[in-house]
Amino acid sequence: MPEIKVTPLGAGQDVGRSCILVSIGGKNIMLDCGMHMGYNDDRRFPDFSYITQNGRLTEFLDCVIISHFHLDHCGALPFMSEMVGYDGPIYMTHPTKAICPILLEDFRKITVDKKGETNFFTSQMIKDCMKKVVPLNLHQTVQVDDELEIKAYYAGHVLGAAMVQIKVGSESVVYTGDYNMTPDRHLGAAWIDKCRPDILISESTYATTIRDSKRCRERDFLKKVHESIERGGKVLIPVFALGRAQELCILLETFWERMNLKAPIYFSTGLTEKANHYYKLFITWTNQKIRKTFVQRNMFEFKHIKAFDRSYADNPGPMVVFATPGMLHAGQSLQIFKKWAGNEKNMVIMPGYCVQGTIGHKILNGQRKLEMEGRSTVEYMSFSAHADAKGIMQLIRMAEPRNMLLVHGEAVKMEFLKGKIEQEFSIDCHMPANGETATVTTNPSVPSLKLVSSEQALKELGLNEHQLRFTCRVQLQDPHSDPDTLNRIYTHLKSVLKGYTIQHLPDGTVMVESIVIKVSSSAEDPNTKVLLLSWSYQDEDLGSFLSTLLKKGLPSGLC
Amino acid sequence: MKLYCLSGHPTLPCNVLKFKSTTIMLDCGLDTTSVLNFLPLPLVHSPRLSKLPSWVSKDGTINLEKELKECAGRVFVDSQPEFCLPERELLDLSTIDVILISNYHCMMALPYITEHTGFTGTVYATEPTLQIGRLLMEELVNFMERVPKAQSATCWKNKEIQRMLPGPLKDAVDVWTWKRSYSMQEVNSALSKVQLVGYSQKVELFGAVQVSPLSSGYSLGSSNWIIQSHHEKVAYVSGSSLLTTHPQPMDQSSLKNSDVLILTGLTQMPTANPDGMLGEFCSNLAMTIRAGGNVLVPCYSSGVIYDLLECLYQFIESANLGTTPFYFISPVANSSLEFSQIFAEWLCHNKQSKVYLPEPPFPHAELIQTNKLKHYPSIHGDFSSEFRQPCVVFTGHPSLRFGDVVHFMELWGKSSLNTIIFTEPDFSYLDALAPYQPLAMKCVYCPIDTRLNFHQVSKLLKEVQPLHVVCPEQYTQPPLTQSHRSDLMLELQPPPMPYRRCSVLNLPFRRRYERVYILPELANSLVPSEIKPGVSMATVSAVLHSKDNKHTLQSVPKPPPAPPSKKRKRVMEEPPVVLAPKPLLSGAVPLEAFLVTLQKAEDTLIQLEEDGTHIVCDNNEPLRTTLRDLVLRFLQKL
Repeated sequence: MPEIKVTPLGAGQDVGRSCILVSIGGKNIMLDCGMHMGYNDDRRFPDFSYITQNGRLTEFLDCVIISHFHLDHCGALPFMSEMVGYDGPIYMTHPTKAICPILLEDFRKITVDKKGETNFFTSQMIKDCMKKVVPLNLHQTVQVDDELEIKAYYAGHVLGAAMVQIKVGSESVVYTGDYNMTPDRHLGAAWIDKCRPDILISESTYATTIRDSKRCRERDFLKKVHESIERGGKVLIPVFALGRAQELCILLETFWERMNLKAPIYFSTGLTEKANHYYKLFITWTNQKIRKTFVQRNMFEFKHIKAFDRSYADNPGPMVVFATPGMLHAGQSLQIFKKWAGNEKNMVIMPGYCVQGTIGHKILNGQRKLEMEGRSTVEYMSFSAHADAKGIMQLIRMAEPRNMLLVHGEAVKMEFLKGKIEQEFSIDCHMPANGETATVTTNPSVPSLKLVSSEQALKELGLNEHQLRFTCRVQLQDPHSDPDTLNRIYTHLKSVLKGYTIQHLPDGTVMVESIVIKVSSSAEDPNTKVLLLSWSYQDEDLGSFLSTLLKKGLPSGLC
Repeated sequence: MKLYCLSGHPTLPCNVLKFKSTTIMLDCGLDTTSVLNFLPLPLVHSPRLSKLPSWVSKDGTINLEKELKECAGRVFVDSQPEFCLPERELLDLSTIDVILISNYHCMMALPYITEHTGFTGTVYATEPTLQIGRLLMEELVNFMERVPKAQSATCWKNKEIQRMLPGPLKDAVDVWTWKRSYSMQEVNSALSKVQLVGYSQKVELFGAVQVSPLSSGYSLGSSNWIIQSHHEKVAYVSGSSLLTTHPQPMDQSSLKNSDVLILTGLTQMPTANPDGMLGEFCSNLAMTIRAGGNVLVPCYSSGVIYDLLECLYQFIESANLGTTPFYFISPVANSSLEFSQIFAEWLCHNKQSKVYLPEPPFPHAELIQTNKLKHYPSIHGDFSSEFRQPCVVFTGHPSLRFGDVVHFMELWGKSSLNTIIFTEPDFSYLDALAPYQPLAMKCVYCPIDTRLNFHQVSKLLKEVQPLHVVCPEQYTQPPLTQSHRSDLMLELQPPPMPYRRCSVLNLPFRRRYERVYILPELANSLVPSEIKPGVSMATVSAVLHSKDNKHTLQSVPKPPPAPPSKKRKRVMEEPPVVLAPKPLLSGAVPLEAFLVTLQKAEDTLIQLEEDGTHIVCDNNEPLRTTLRDLVLRFLQKL
């Protein structure tokens, strides 16, 4: 039986460095190629030596697909393609292709220029890597080669995020990347058709969370920011330059407008302007409402939000600052955090998920014993656009997979969700750890055959058909007229042979399926009837049965 | 398989294809050339137009004073302009399952079809096609509704009267079916039936047919369509271009190996080179401005205008036109310019890579930013206070019968300093100008039609090799005005099948195979034997299960075990359960060899023939089975 094998090199019972290998129908596909924010050593990248100990990956992989631009999904890409070595196609959507190199360059700068690490990929490598990228359009069926085809679906989550369907013959796998089943202020909800994949590989970041309504969370967020501003505090919101940041900017912008607030809102990175520009150019990837009104009012042109300068951090009075990166593990957000953490009037709002090992993760878990004495309020508000448990179940209902596989989540939470899925959908649910392989057997594909009638087959093969027929004489004692005898045979067979086609034809024959029965009287004795049964070899079993049956005579009770 | 042809216009097609169990409409083009028979709709009162004399027939018997006006020897209908719709009587349009749209110019009749025929299906189009198509419809409705005309002329349509009218009115076809523009409500309702598709997306229709749009290179989101089942393939080519302009290049290879290729939308200007025309456009524009005149460019608000603006972007500085105002006036001007910037996925490679920087793909963003290009919804409002001359105005409608262009014709027509430059190929410029004669302004005709020319199309067809080509009859002979140019027609072997309005073609197409899936356990039970080198055969007994146009062979279900019989003695009478069918027999029984195997037997008749053997015997089962097995020994069992 054919098998599909799935091996996570990263994101197996973990969040970070997503990288999943899929073997399907003789093809090997790498899904995502991310980095882990929580490590600064080799564990930062997926372990590509799993694929091959030495040499390049090109001959082992048919293609690489990147689901979206977050670094935990694409951060290892230049390392993989340029330093380990891969020259095959890399697929991603247009927005991902546009934004991914900027984030990679950002990441490289922090790592090399600020932390002084060596043996890291260079700017040129990012450029060379991006040359191998083939852009994907939504719903377009891309033929990677004659057998392997891929198709992208809208995933929400961030601009340009996609789920992908991978298909070889009749076997298929869907990989969700990160997705969001509820539309937010700037993105739409993920959608997929009833494609019934053999395996649905889903993220499970919020496997156990059922989030309250988005409106409540938004109100909560605005209330907290507002209160803090009112009492003269500073609000730090660590974000990634693209994605959640835009949603929160839209939220604050409209709030400021409505409440006529004056406190400044800053965006800490030079990327803002540029980032917003991407949103404008890729407006078709945002939600219905923004797309509909963009000609009149482009939601990504902000009036209240201005560029941040490092010196502003020491300005007196309230302010709101969006700073990167989102997990407080380096860069400007960390600097500002250190500066502001000591004042209890100040507040940090963590709008997204924080990977283990980052400062963001530590402070969320109440570890106040960091190198600085933190007294400011820490608020965690889940604005992260991942599907929650309800959303994951909803997607399963949409796609109707035969098997389920969870990645990108914590083992304990996965275990819980796995139980729920298996119970509700009665399908197998796998959750391999990194380096472990989950195997699913599928229906073998039947090679292409030509189905023709037997006459046609013989004709095409240049063979003649040989008709083998039997005619059997059966003597029967039955003192009735010939037609009556025939009638009695008909009635008898009717009662014995249930479910067969039995016909009494006007030309004086009885047909059982295609077996012909005729009656004539013996010349000497009119009470002795001679039955002629005639059948072809194809009806041998039935013919033989009938002749034996009729030889025994007709039951007397027949009318 | 049949093709119903509902439009006679080769570039605004509307055909219906019946293929397997589906009814598919290919494009929904609206023939707007009918509006040339009408008087222009002025935005502000025009004394000239209102004073035109009524037309009276020579013998004075026909006097439709209110309906027909005469201008410079031509007769025009004084009424709200009307359009020539696709034929609606040829087949029941409510039976149409889907409508496939190839580009935004070929969907303008959509509201007439989807709203008034009982249509309940789905329309498929790409996102740019839908969005820009919506803008063009919105513009059309706006043009018509902002100058409502009380009068709706109908008397002239009377057959007896129409017969007496001078040409071209006399020769206009189906004038009774001509209709006024639809409303915005109808547009919205029609477009709500559109389902978006991406290039190379495979869309299943009822499991019977798969349709897929391919890039056609002509305009933003323009597509050709592949309509195929597992064994048959129809290619629908409509409005394609091989020139490098702004759209994504044409996908040619996917058109290969089709059984039938339906070819529409070739260039309407086979002798005009688009690049040459663009050069002429620029030089005439510059010449007029330098001489202190104004330039009027009647155009659609999407399409070639993007290329014109791009060309001007490079030309303005070198031609010293930096201070000349360029105006783009249309109710959808702003939307069209904005929309063009957000469809990066649908653009040519060069423009796509700009978005990665991120920069807007079209340079008209910069023209707007630097105030060189200004856009206004109409001549009313802001425009009147900003208006400076000499200037260049892009505005619609290219027929010169409605829209803001009518105003500029009245305003600038009398001065020979001004120039009107025609770039759209849909209307004859002489016909367009007819109601404005006598005219002093200069006319320059440089139609830019980037669609395939005859040379390109014959090369394309050689490459993709369809078995049969179907095309409008206009393509099978040289144009009327250039009857000696045998290079301006399609010459193919076998010759293309021509169609005209109301044709019903039987496409030369035999469906011979259908795909049947075979369940693994049934496939597993088959034991093929190699009959000839490379050909293996197995007999199959199965149940054919058909659902949603998918056919599956399943194993014959095993009969449920018979309930234990109450009468023991009748156990013998249970009919046999046939598990496996008997093999097919082939070959012949050789007489001599067969005889050798026979021993003394009872009264039995055995007839041996080339293709059959008949054994006639008494009811002696052991004997019969012995003979049977003897015969079988000589035969090939398949």
